[in-house]
Amino acid sequence: MHEKHLMICGATGCLSSGSHLVEEALIEELEKHGIKDKYRLVMGGCPGFCEVGPIIVVYPDEVFYCRLKPKDMAELVEKHLIGGEIVERLLYKGPDVDAPARFYDTIPFYAKQKFNVLRNSGIIDPESIDEYIMRGGYRAFTRALDLDPPAICEEVKQAGLRGRGGAGFSTGLKWEFTNKAPGSKKYVVCNADEGDPGAFMDRSILEGDPHAILEGMLICGRAIGANEGYIYCRAEYPLAIKRLKLAIEKAEAYGLLGENILGYGFNFKINIKEGAGAFVCGEETALLASIEGKRGMPRPRPPFPAQSGLFGKPTTINNVETLANIPLIVREGGADDFVKVGTEGSKGTKVFALAGKIRNTGLCEVPMGITIKEIIYDVGGGIKSGREFKAVQAGGPSGGCIPNELIDLPIDYDSLNQAGAIMGSGGLVVMDERTCMVDLARYFLSFTQKESCGKCTPCREGTKRMLEILNRISEGYGEPKDLETLDSLAISIKDSSLCGLGQTCPNPVLSTIRYFRKEYEEHIDEHFCRAGVCKELFNYRIDEEKCTGCTACVKACPTDAIRGEKKEPHEIIQELCTRCGSCVEKCRQECIMITPLGSEADVSN
Amino acid sequence: MSIAIETEEAVTEEIDLSKVDALIEPYIGKKEMIIPALQKVQDHFGYLPRSAVEQVSKRMRTPLSRLYGVATFYAQFKMKPRGRYIIRVCKGTACHIQGSPKIAERIEDILGLESGETTDDLRFTLEEVACIGACALAPVIMINDDPHGRLTPDKIKDILDSYQ
Ligand SMILES: Cc1cc2nc3c(=O)[nH]c(=O)nc-3n(C[C@H](O)[C@H](O)[C@H](O)COP(=O)(O)O)c2cc1C
Ligand code: SF4
Ligand code: SF4
Ligand code: SF4
Ligand code: FES
Repeated sequence: MHEKHLMICGATGCLSSGSHLVEEALIEELEKHGIKDKYRLVMGGCPGFCEVGPIIVVYPDEVFYCRLKPKDMAELVEKHLIGGEIVERLLYKGPDVDAPARFYDTIPFYAKQKFNVLRNSGIIDPESIDEYIMRGGYRAFTRALDLDPPAICEEVKQAGLRGRGGAGFSTGLKWEFTNKAPGSKKYVVCNADEGDPGAFMDRSILEGDPHAILEGMLICGRAIGANEGYIYCRAEYPLAIKRLKLAIEKAEAYGLLGENILGYGFNFKINIKEGAGAFVCGEETALLASIEGKRGMPRPRPPFPAQSGLFGKPTTINNVETLANIPLIVREGGADDFVKVGTEGSKGTKVFALAGKIRNTGLCEVPMGITIKEIIYDVGGGIKSGREFKAVQAGGPSGGCIPNELIDLPIDYDSLNQAGAIMGSGGLVVMDERTCMVDLARYFLSFTQKESCGKCTPCREGTKRMLEILNRISEGYGEPKDLETLDSLAISIKDSSLCGLGQTCPNPVLSTIRYFRKEYEEHIDEHFCRAGVCKELFNYRIDEEKCTGCTACVKACPTDAIRGEKKEPHEIIQELCTRCGSCVEKCRQECIMITPLGSEADVSN
Repeated sequence: MSIAIETEEAVTEEIDLSKVDALIEPYIGKKEMIIPALQKVQDHFGYLPRSAVEQVSKRMRTPLSRLYGVATFYAQFKMKPRGRYIIRVCKGTACHIQGSPKIAERIEDILGLESGETTDDLRFTLEEVACIGACALAPVIMINDDPHGRLTPDKIKDILDSYQ
């Protein structure tokens, strides 16, 4: 028996901040003291708080150590593990707490969260089926084996679960359609393609709790009458694929997958398919084509996959997070508990990847109906630089932005739709006054333009036209009628595209025009980008009053564009400056200002 | 999405096809397994040499045009040899708004490459990737399997120099 479990976050965020080096140092320290066998070290799933990684959580004490360095390990081992005393120095500290905080109950980042989907992530060893079972895993599936398939569909319907992959369709209803579709061969497909370029929720679930996905698929298989499933996972997620494969092997060894499962005469097998890097393959019909070994092009619906899906057979496709909710709903009394959280039309929780100019970046799971403000300020800890919150982008390339005026908006499917954004997969990217909304629209459109499969002319050509216009605006050649043209192009693309990619890709443009029209007009009429992003539309200038002549900026400048004597105010030679921004990062006095072309005035505040 | 088939064999290197058959053995006779078969071949060579794709075409009894139709559709498949170090600049949203274009520009300046290109000495290949899940450290690049985060343009030179 191990005395304590040490969970080291091994997800990409923490690995990038060096958690593998911390792990090595920890092992070395434990070996030095000859106590390695007393502790169980697990390179586990993500506890969500990537901002303060690398993270170690010590169980059963539930102490959360963060921002760790390899050299901290000696003290952690000697003081905490051997001495039994908490190392206060390594606890969470921040402007949002008075004293160093120990864990979930005291760290503000966690206070408003509710863990349904992330119930095991960062707590269990994702490579151990026993730990999953110990926390109630596979109990919902064994219950489902005793239920009538239509009754399972009914429970999921009653729980009000809506798809977490974007469109928000009722999961129970989708299952019922597939259950009722005629045919003896049916499929369950898990959509783990996670294409939104600012989101990594599904990845964390797959890496942190793979058995929850298998259990969700098994229950779905039972409910719709399928005996085979596919997980379509991005090839860019090698760790997720490895853990899924391992989980499948273990479940097979335990008789939870395979023939005549637990003696109920139910057969189920799961295959993994690696995606090959095409965003449009996240769309369900394209995904099915890709599993069949074809080019991943969408096809018209109907027929819907529930009637004719994979290899022409009735198929249910669900997103990773949708499936991870299933075991919670189908367990004894689960549906009743599930509906207690959330709003009238949106039940349960949603996982968001919180990123951008926010203090606490990471993964959070919150009850539906929480407001944007609570997410930004309570969970997210406010804007990083202390600058002004400008907007949050929800739903990635299919979504839209929500401006400061709407900060009290509750997060649920319907409110977000009304505001011109979508729930999407759950990327929330926070922006401050140094984010340019024209550039943001251009960024998303250039992404979707590249990813358009080219099947429909409006999507293929219309996005090109829109992108040309946005490029022109951000280079200073915008024309007053551009906004109107963008608007009409957007509407025709939305109305005449075959799949969701085309139907939604104008959204980021439309929503930035809707809420930030003035900013577009400033680009077009005054040739000024006040956020300091569109390079042709501003200058950097040094505020002579504030400059201390420290020369830090001079060293950072790759083009020697900054001149001045030590301890005297410096100056930027505009002809040489490429507006690379290196100097801005270096100046501690914050005296490098964003000014309109050819002007001396400071408008950066 | 362009379907131009551009392939390029490294002139000096002979492509050793002896392993190809074994690699695709499990997929023979299964037309829906074209993508996994090509993935295996690419894992082995680092890209899809034309002669290897021809071999796959013969063994899997699938027309070459169909294989290239599939391969060119998916960004993962590369038709040209790639460098020892693959630099992937994250072009995800969080990285974009925290300055990944400036990071990419600096790398392009130093190496004289555009995205998708490889240095003549096959040292670096420059690519783009969408969100690698390290948004907390934006802007981020990956060089082979090493992530480098919280970047500013002036850190780039030293990082590149450390990969010889
Ligand atoms: C262009 C495009 C990309 C999509 N990408 C994803 C994705 O990465 N993951 C996902 O689960 N759903 C994605 N979807 C939605 C799927 O088509 C489908 O609605 C979803 O997988 C259904 O599962 P759900 O009902 O559980 O949400 C995408 C849709 C479109 C149009
Ligand atoms: S809308 Fe765009 S991505 Fe979708 S099928 Fe048409 S061209 Fe392809
Ligand atoms: S923005 Fe770049 S080029 Fe211009 S002065 Fe600053 S460091 Fe030099
Ligand atoms: S870093 Fe700032 S304070 Fe120092 S010389 Fe440059 S502009 Fe002046
Ligand atoms: S956007 Fe770059 S890591 Fe997520």
